[in-house]
Amino acid sequence: MIDREGLEPYLTSDSDTTYLINFWATWCKPCVEEMPDFIKLNDELKGKAFKMVLISLDFPSQIESRLKPYIAENDIEAEIVVLDDPNSNAWIPLVSDEWSGAIPATLLYNREKRSFYEQKLDYKKLKEIVKHYIKF
Amino acid sequence: MKKNGLLLALFSAFVFSAFAGGYEPGDKATDFSLKNIDGTYVSLSDYDEAEGFIVIFTCNHCPYAVKYEDRIIALDKKYKDKGYPVIAINPNDPEVQPEDSFSNMKKRAAEKGFTFPYLFDESQEIYPQYGATKTPHVFLLEKVASDYIVRYIGAIDDNYKSASAVETHYVEDAVEALMAGEEPSVTSTKAIGCTIKTK
Repeated sequence: MIDREGLEPYLTSDSDTTYLINFWATWCKPCVEEMPDFIKLNDELKGKAFKMVLISLDFPSQIESRLKPYIAENDIEAEIVVLDDPNSNAWIPLVSDEWSGAIPATLLYNREKRSFYEQKLDYKKLKEIVKHYIKF
Repeated sequence: MKKNGLLLALFSAFVFSAFAGGYEPGDKATDFSLKNIDGTYVSLSDYDEAEGFIVIFTCNHCPYAVKYEDRIIALDKKYKDKGYPVIAINPNDPEVQPEDSFSNMKKRAAEKGFTFPYLFDESQEIYPQYGATKTPHVFLLEKVASDYIVRYIGAIDDNYKSASAVETHYVEDAVEALMAGEEPSVTSTKAIGCTIKTK
């Protein structure tokens, strides 16, 4: 479980790795709809310089009742952190100036560039945008 | 590689422009005629006495919207008689999110005792003009002659989890500023919300 300070290290990196950061929650229908495509991509990129982090906005009271069962059922291997910081006006701009705050939202970055998408992404679109960062 | 970079730039520009519509503080907002839960149609121009409006795009299903229901009722009770009533609008397509159907809107409003109109943007033509992207999403309007000027866009306050832990009441502060004949000191904020549901 992290707050704004804990979120910051997930938003930049000096390494050769490409990071895909997805903001979601189990109660968010479009988030859950796009999740299988994210998991598929993550599996496909296994062994590459790629890391996917799923930042859950599930409320702390839902971690045991909803989030953990969802992770187990869907066999998710990506790192999952719960962001619990109700002053979202303070941390949304750290992710992207373009983000109004709707979820799902996805940030893709490496040490040279970043892209942000405040929308649901399907596999085709996801693959297309990730290909700008990493060959596969 | 250079070509890829250019394509990415063009692509990003497209994505950005596709989502950059809507009002900014200072813009004129459109009036509308939307169906209320009581079956009547409500427009801003119906309110002769109003000095402005607290327009809130919200819905039934979104946990953030639910967390704010009591605070939205409190805002309406506090400011309706002072000339700033709440107008709530559900922008979601119920075929995508059945909890947000018109009949469920009526049900939720009755359960919670909404004191304000709860309108249905059935054709989904109003929320894109405002630039609402999520629920809840507030647009505070000030009536200036026959225009409705946007004075604040964003969150209700700085703590969705707990009304008692709020440090800054963005909407209240902005309404108080307008009532005092001043510009709100904060004119836009960001907050997490549920994306507006469309097909």
